[in-house]
Amino acid sequence: MNQEELNNKLLEIKDKLIDIEQKANKRIFLPCEAENTYAVNKFLFEDVPLRFVIATGIDSDDYFEILYHYSNDETGCVVTVKAFIRDREKPAIESIAPFLPGAEWIEREIHDLLGIDFKNHPNLRRLILSDDWPEGVYPLRKETKK
Amino acid sequence: MKETVKKPVLAVGPFHPLQEEMEFYQLTLDGEKVVDIDVRISYNHRGMEGISETLQFDQVPFLVSRVCGICSASHPLAYINAVEEIAGITAPERAQYIRVIINELERIHSHMLWVGLAGHFIGYDTVFMWAWKYREPVLDLLEEITGNRNNYGNVKVGGCREDIPNELIPKMLKDLDKLDKKTWMLTKAVLDDPIIHARLKGVGILTKQAAIDYAVTGPTARGSGIAIDVRRDDPYAAYADLDWNVISQPEGDVFAKAVVRLLEVLEAVKIIKQALKKLPDGPIAIEVKEIPPGEGCGRAEAPRGETFHYVRSDGGNRPVRHKIRAPSYVNVPSFKASCLGGHIADVTITLAAVDPCYSCTERLAVVDGHNNIIHNYESLHQLSCEKTARIKKEIGAPEWKLEDI
Amino acid sequence: MSWKIKALKKSPWVFHVNVGACNNCDIEIVNCLTPRYDVERFGIKLVGSPRHADALLVTGVGTMQAAIRLREVYRQTSKPCVVFLIGACPCGTGIFSQGYHVAGPVDKIIREVDPNAIIAYVPGCPPKPEAMISGIVKTLAAL
Repeated sequence: MNQEELNNKLLEIKDKLIDIEQKANKRIFLPCEAENTYAVNKFLFEDVPLRFVIATGIDSDDYFEILYHYSNDETGCVVTVKAFIRDREKPAIESIAPFLPGAEWIEREIHDLLGIDFKNHPNLRRLILSDDWPEGVYPLRKETKK
Repeated sequence: MKETVKKPVLAVGPFHPLQEEMEFYQLTLDGEKVVDIDVRISYNHRGMEGISETLQFDQVPFLVSRVCGICSASHPLAYINAVEEIAGITAPERAQYIRVIINELERIHSHMLWVGLAGHFIGYDTVFMWAWKYREPVLDLLEEITGNRNNYGNVKVGGCREDIPNELIPKMLKDLDKLDKKTWMLTKAVLDDPIIHARLKGVGILTKQAAIDYAVTGPTARGSGIAIDVRRDDPYAAYADLDWNVISQPEGDVFAKAVVRLLEVLEAVKIIKQALKKLPDGPIAIEVKEIPPGEGCGRAEAPRGETFHYVRSDGGNRPVRHKIRAPSYVNVPSFKASCLGGHIADVTITLAAVDPCYSCTERLAVVDGHNNIIHNYESLHQLSCEKTARIKKEIGAPEWKLEDI
Repeated sequence: MSWKIKALKKSPWVFHVNVGACNNCDIEIVNCLTPRYDVERFGIKLVGSPRHADALLVTGVGTMQAAIRLREVYRQTSKPCVVFLIGACPCGTGIFSQGYHVAGPVDKIIREVDPNAIIAYVPGCPPKPEAMISGIVKTLAAL
């Protein structure tokens, strides 16, 4: 599908997004709230469809962000969903692994490094930290880095 | 049928000489069929993304070059693509061509490495020795240009650090002609061998749907009929100016992936020759004073697949966040789809077929229900070699004639 | 010198351990077996178990997860043995010194198990096969 078709397709979920941002040539960002990301991700992966690349977890002081990156290989466009998790005490978001097996590992990794809970994840065990790494210490959180 | 009484589980790893990296696989067997598979990584987790935030933008390429030894040109290039996107700059043309040449040379020696290892895993040590012998001239060439056989350190934000002297080009073209001949010879020998056909065809099949669900990339995807390639889909460096083909095969088995990799080596030689002949004159870098606030997504086609880097800047000297996604991170978990239902003797070659790079990912054991090791890596490798020997007996071993060019 | 060390010098069997390496050094080690360098003609052989080894070739920075296993491997290696630290990473953590998952440098991990361990350092990133062979030969000559 070409760029115009992709842009039109994205308008179908505009009601679930905060905005549609065109950052650079072939780079689109879709900020949205955590509760809507499951539906947005499902739409991008199954209906558009786009190829899942990876997810990035970020500690942004007042909130957490999870960026889900997708690629439209026909045009080389990268579409990134930017999910805002506002609850810093008990950060949680719906897992997308049930329909996207390729996201299973990265959600486990974000859970290890940032302590975000992925609800309904099929296998939320430790992935990349050592067996003797202390519970409750999240290396990529700002308070840990200080 | 899964019983509640624990089935024998096979442990592969965490150390073995030719499986260089550490990973701890657990396979559950039903007789000789694999019914479940899990892996414990973490042995290679060095916390690179965290370290990246402590370094300045121009120091990071040296760090990410060491994410993985054989994708060591692709990671810095993907990172630099992301940072150049944030800064809105384009490196000079000569630098773009040099980036192509170095990355394609790396692709050649990485694929040859895989061909050798694959040969070893099925008991064809001749393939191993010949493929690694043919790799050496490529490493020599890289050392002549960049000063190191691996870890080139040749890219920086805004261009390249070292130039390819024009006087070297005729010698490089001659070396590439020789390499072309040797690779053709090795490719024909491997692809025409009926035992390799019998051993690898229909083994470790990753279906197209599974490849999409697990979001695989690179030869793993192209061997399952998904013809994606970042060099063509989201062109970077000088790839859009050169004439080359994306290689893909539909079958999804280990043989298909081997064909893709061997033919990609020949394509890579073609690309490098064009790039050398078209290499434009001019500077190899522009000066970059600062990186403005913003976020960028950079990618490169590493030998194993798409390398993706996301960088966020707040206008300071260091990245605020740097996400590194190596291709093996998505390719390795696809073992759940390709190994299950397969035979225990095919485990080593199926796992190796994605060309796993655990240092990219972070890294085989089979224990029984009481955690007793009933097979270690050596006995699994032994089973694989025995299967090859059985096939040889049935078909009859062909004569391998390789000339020392 | 003990007869065991004398025997070790003649034809050292080595066991390779990766404790968090990027793979470069590991590949250069395997390169040593291939036709251009061919260390098997010196009697140097890669073995599949530490119990059969005279020397350990350790690559990698020493991550926390790998350190647990490395101590176990060192205990299992038959003594006397020499530990070769191949590459800049095990020699001193290098660029990974700020990493939160790094337990190295590797000599510190080994000395927790055996303060008198014989350790040889072969720096480089990665050290060329010639450098590795030179390092091994010089160490064995010095024993």
